[in-house]
Amino acid sequence: MKTPSVMPPSLAPSADDAVLRCEGLHRSLGQGEGQVHVLRGVSFAARRGEVYAMVGPSGCGKSTLLYLLGLLDVPDRGEIWIDGQLMPRDDDAARTAARGRHLGFVFQFHFLLLEFSALENVMLPMRKLGRWSLPEMQERAHALLTSVGLGAKTHRLGNQLSGGEQQRVAIARALANQPSILLADEPTGNLDVRNSAMVFDLLTSLARQNGQAIVVVTHNPELAARCDHTLPMRDGQFAS
Amino acid sequence: MVMSLVCITLGVGLFVVTQATTTGFERFFIKTIVGTNGAIRIEDRIQETLRTMEAERGNDASGFVVEVKEGRKYIQGIQDPGLLIEAVRRFGNVAGTSEVLYGAAEIRSSFKNEAARVYGIQLEDHLQVSDLARQIVRGHLADFRQTPAGTLVGIKLAERLQLEVGDSFQLQAGGEVRRYRVSAIFETGIGEIDKDRVFVHLGEARSLLRRPTGASFIQVNVIDRDRATQDAAHMEAVLGHSASSWQERERTWLDVFRALRLSTSITVSVFTLIAGIAMYNTLALVVMEKTKDIAILRSMGYTRRDVTRIFLWQAAMVLAVGALLGCGLGAAVTYGVSLMKIRIRGIFTADHFIVAWSVWHYLSAVVISVVMVMAASLIPARRAARLEPGDVIRGTAQ
Repeated sequence: MKTPSVMPPSLAPSADDAVLRCEGLHRSLGQGEGQVHVLRGVSFAARRGEVYAMVGPSGCGKSTLLYLLGLLDVPDRGEIWIDGQLMPRDDDAARTAARGRHLGFVFQFHFLLLEFSALENVMLPMRKLGRWSLPEMQERAHALLTSVGLGAKTHRLGNQLSGGEQQRVAIARALANQPSILLADEPTGNLDVRNSAMVFDLLTSLARQNGQAIVVVTHNPELAARCDHTLPMRDGQFAS
Repeated sequence: MVMSLVCITLGVGLFVVTQATTTGFERFFIKTIVGTNGAIRIEDRIQETLRTMEAERGNDASGFVVEVKEGRKYIQGIQDPGLLIEAVRRFGNVAGTSEVLYGAAEIRSSFKNEAARVYGIQLEDHLQVSDLARQIVRGHLADFRQTPAGTLVGIKLAERLQLEVGDSFQLQAGGEVRRYRVSAIFETGIGEIDKDRVFVHLGEARSLLRRPTGASFIQVNVIDRDRATQDAAHMEAVLGHSASSWQERERTWLDVFRALRLSTSITVSVFTLIAGIAMYNTLALVVMEKTKDIAILRSMGYTRRDVTRIFLWQAAMVLAVGALLGCGLGAAVTYGVSLMKIRIRGIFTADHFIVAWSVWHYLSAVVISVVMVMAASLIPARRAARLEPGDVIRGTAQ
């Protein structure tokens, strides 16, 4: 295992080899007197095949940054590039398309569609992308579920799986469209220690195999220590 | 969803049934009145009245103009029916013509006297412009055809006078009294006709009414009865006689049927409206329950339009099932209603419910339910599409 590095922004990869890059991101949440300036000019870049852990106390802006990087939210100021392409702030269709092509998400909660089987859940992103035929999608979903150890449970409904299994299905689903970036928000936050380690190892090993950049938000220092880079945050900025 | 499905089914089904019955009775009424009084009736001659009179202006004299209120004068009856019939037959849509002479008379049986209207006809001609053959309920037309003093008597008049087929009675018009025999009894179903009409041979009518020439009106049958109004207007302009179509003559009843059909449609559409409201409520609830699912779909690359479509599809599937069941229900109930006994006399004669089978009833019902339910579904579907995935996931995570 590599020795993890604490990476200040100045050591971030250059624009040329970064698959994900942001500059000067600002974001305030709430309204009026209750408004909080959560992110204060954050810049960051991530390379393919490397795992980045964002750590810090609650409310420091980790998840907010992750959602901005995942194009699930729009920054007040600042820019985001994915695969060298600038993401427009006001074009929802373009941002949605970019999410489908380049990004995979794993959240603290699995967010499986419980009325659907594991196989169908994994096929959902592929159906939208439209890159593969139905048999290809089924084959691919089956292979992904097998790679997360659920090859025998592909036809189980979401609510017929344990918490650890549901999260593994969520990982398979995040990898379905071969995204270049995987974003995970407390992916093991809802799991016991044994399942946490297994899910985290699975996530990172699969992503490394596929040459995907992984950005993980975690409170767990042990997991953070197993990442290639640790990015401590405080008060809406990376701590230097 | 079940509530929506039930309401859509009831809305479509009952719409079909009410349309089938109101249209059925309306069509039967039209068939009756066209079969009795003909599609077009040509009667009084029209004479344009003088409008202006202008004195010619000489070189030195001043001219003058007398202006008279413009208008038209109706000269009762038809003076030369043969000539008019020849002209009428040249119209493309005309299928038959019958010269009719009528007048008031008193009918006397051994039981009592009643006022009657005597209609003189040439049977073969009149059979081409009416359903008289079908309207005979007792006796035979052959007897009328072969008997110069034979008559066809309306059923109500026959009942009042206690006349049966083969009975004799007298008709008195002016000073003329003549004896006739009942060849057959007819029932048009129209009370006003059945209570005072007596058909006699045209020659007999001329003698009885002392009108050796001319006719009261020409009854015309047409191939396409929906064109009767245009044809009547054309005939009036060309022939110089007033011509009225069945639509003009029966406007009041036709308006009553139209109003009835509209009011039942509106009443029954309430079910569809409730279906729309139920669908709105259901989808609004589903949107609230499925915000996480919507957010995760959006995070995977599903667009706002995709989300809208998912909810509209859901509504469309319920709608499709409901509409299909509703059409089935409508057809079954319509068939059941058509077997129900009901005695109607007055404007037509019916002994059971009359229904009309038309694909348009089903299409109209489906279109109304599609418009109402999909419009109601659009609001929650668009609300679902407006959800911001980041807000939803952040809210859930906290």
